[in-house]
Amino acid sequence: MIEHEPIQYDVLVIGAGGAGLRAAIEARAMGASVGLVCKSLLGKAHTVMAEGGVAAALSNVDDRDNWEVHFADTMRGGQYLNNCRMAELHAKEAPARVRELEAWGAVFDRSPDGRILQRNFGGHAYPRLAHVGDRTGLEMIRTLQDYAVHQEIDVHMECAVIELLTDGERVVGAFAFDRDRGTFKVFRTKAVVLATGGIGKAYRITSNSWEYTGDGHALAYRAGAALIDMEFVQFHPTGMVWPPSVAGILVTEGVRGEGGVLRNSLGERFMFSDIPPAYRNQTADNEEEGWRYTQGDKDARRPPELLTRDHVARCIVREVKEGRGSPHGGVFLDIAWIKERLPNAAEHIKRKLPSMYHQFKELADIDITEEPMEVGPTTHYVMGGVRVEADSQMTDVPGLFAAGECAAGLHGANRLGGNSLSDLLVFGKRAGEYAARFAQENSAREISRDHTARVARTALEPFDRSVDTDGAENPFEIQQDLQKMMQDQVGIVRNEHDIQAAVEGIGRLRERAERVAVSGNREYNPGWHTALDLQNLLAYSEAIARSALARKESRGAHTRLDYPDKDEKLGKLSVVIRKNSDGDLEVSWEPIPDIPEGLQRIIDARK
Amino acid sequence: MPTATFRIWRGNAGSGSFQDYDCEISEGMVVLDAVHKIQAEQANDLAVRWNCKAGKCGSCSAEINGSPRLMCMARLSQVPLDKPVTIEPMQTFPLVKDLVCDVSWNFEVKKQLKPFSPRPPDAEDGSWRVLQRDVDRVQEFRKCIECFLCQDVCHVLREHHFHDRFIGPRFLVHAAALEMHPLDSEDRVGQLRETDGIGYCNITKCCTNVCPEHITITDNAIIPLKERVVDEFYDPLRMVFRVFQK
Repeated sequence: MIEHEPIQYDVLVIGAGGAGLRAAIEARAMGASVGLVCKSLLGKAHTVMAEGGVAAALSNVDDRDNWEVHFADTMRGGQYLNNCRMAELHAKEAPARVRELEAWGAVFDRSPDGRILQRNFGGHAYPRLAHVGDRTGLEMIRTLQDYAVHQEIDVHMECAVIELLTDGERVVGAFAFDRDRGTFKVFRTKAVVLATGGIGKAYRITSNSWEYTGDGHALAYRAGAALIDMEFVQFHPTGMVWPPSVAGILVTEGVRGEGGVLRNSLGERFMFSDIPPAYRNQTADNEEEGWRYTQGDKDARRPPELLTRDHVARCIVREVKEGRGSPHGGVFLDIAWIKERLPNAAEHIKRKLPSMYHQFKELADIDITEEPMEVGPTTHYVMGGVRVEADSQMTDVPGLFAAGECAAGLHGANRLGGNSLSDLLVFGKRAGEYAARFAQENSAREISRDHTARVARTALEPFDRSVDTDGAENPFEIQQDLQKMMQDQVGIVRNEHDIQAAVEGIGRLRERAERVAVSGNREYNPGWHTALDLQNLLAYSEAIARSALARKESRGAHTRLDYPDKDEKLGKLSVVIRKNSDGDLEVSWEPIPDIPEGLQRIIDARK
Repeated sequence: MPTATFRIWRGNAGSGSFQDYDCEISEGMVVLDAVHKIQAEQANDLAVRWNCKAGKCGSCSAEINGSPRLMCMARLSQVPLDKPVTIEPMQTFPLVKDLVCDVSWNFEVKKQLKPFSPRPPDAEDGSWRVLQRDVDRVQEFRKCIECFLCQDVCHVLREHHFHDRFIGPRFLVHAAALEMHPLDSEDRVGQLRETDGIGYCNITKCCTNVCPEHITITDNAIIPLKERVVDEFYDPLRMVFRVFQK
């Protein structure tokens, strides 16, 4: 049933977005033999969709910026649930990682004196995001991809890992299948880096692609690693809401960074009416000051549209709920108004936000230089994920590393825009480096043939059932039912009753998933692929729902209607999800790492 | 809800045929939505490659009513629906199954091209000083999402199958992005002439017409590269100079 002998590498990297590519490059530079597995073609991973920029305190535009300010901003944005060591490493190392991209050929937009230009973004005190118009992710992934293909890294395109192989002590390999031919592949490796991205495909309205089925989360969980902070799912405040077929597609925060404003149906700048106390000192209290901030006035404070994403999303939900929404259930995002202030505004918008212009023009017949966009929250990012050791990115399972969105810790209860691209560079590099070191210090171990045979058998079960028999389930229907349920019951605002219903609903979907049947053969068969994805989707959806049930407070991206306030003592604890010895999901609480005195001083100084 | 008929190519490298599917359509739908709806409701094993569904990744290239397009950016409101909408895979690459073809040749081509090689940094922190007007031109080329529609439509590849001696418009754009990169110090002109086959392009601009990123492939990338080749190899003064050098 398994066609080939195991393929051997020192380090196997699963996922070829920014984190995976950066990890593979680093592991290879350390001398390791490296295999890189990706579900899509190389260069198509979700990083390609990142728009606004990569956050790094280069201080090219505002010399008051430095790693300490970036660190403090990240911690404040995360409501201090962040792993402070990760936030420190991230803020310190991001500038070098960005400069390195330039050395590998990236062409960032330039400042007037010829350095990398930086722009404003939500929650960042100073203009900090290095960018290329609004297609920064494409620039990053192409730069990493073009560099990596010359480094003797084996790339397995359109290949998906469905199980990590362990020997009870550590990871020893991975079991995968080729999506095009449907054949199985077994990898025997000394170390594995998970860089599989996020979980958005469990939700109906999402900015994420089909690939975001939480593979790394589920693989690590099944292999015995802990997941933390899974209740924190970021809903980006501005996704497209109309027409229905494009609902959820991202509208970059860069629109607001360039002066775009949010209005309700009464024409009010509603963000001015609710500014959280932690941000009051840093936020403009009138429209004029907000505008000056977006135009680079260092004495001005930022407009409330650039508050953190969790807060902006909640305000939009409130406006819509209270009857002040736009015709299609969102609010208005207006960049066209800047023509009142700038000559050649239309050209300026097209140059600064080319893909937004293109996207609205082609998908919604809207010219954003002339009229406002309609926007609403869309599932965007998961702060939670596999728990890792800050410096090495190693999980609880020896030899298993995780980086980028599938790892947890850096962002706490809410991620700042721009911090994901810097996250995947900083921690992708670290994961690659430490995985290569682990491979140098440890030898390859045997793979259990029983285990691989069992995984192969289970993977093929959907073919054993006929689609015509009574009770046979369609994998796409189960996925759609899950998406609707998670959106409605474990979405932006939550309560005990709904989450409990979702937990029970997931149980029923799991029973249905056992009756999934697929037609056709193993050759490029999306029905089969979706059937296999369901295992991961259901596993991490349960982790999200059970974590959301446990956290009886509202904090960051997690909003409970029945517990609208923060609970001081929960602000020091993470919800931890593990598989227990019976194979069931177990929820516990563990304290977040202590903040050393030096870092605490930096936080306090900027509170 | 109104319905439309989609005539989709089903089959693999061995054999195949068009099959008709009726599908309900709603406001704002794109061709990829219809394909997904058919896949979920009528043909679970219908193979289609896609990712971002926002025109940013370049995965869902196909030929819709004969014209090469991204399925995610092809709105049904711009396609006549009174007769079946034909959807078939790109013709220039070998078929894997249904709408998916094997584009791996493109990835092999890129590996053969000389990589970026920067001049020494301008500043001690390892950074460079470059003005925006000096990067505008390469930024246009770097918008490429590698959908390979330009490769699909290029007759040198599509009709003549010169995959072994011509890298195609995508990689001429890639070469232009490197050659015109203000920091790059590598010389690719010899390679362009000898192994990349730039001479085969006879500037019919088919590639420019299908580019979903609106990159002016022929005028801004290929023609300037051709001029560099001419300058280096066919300039009469230089030819005389070369004779004396020998």
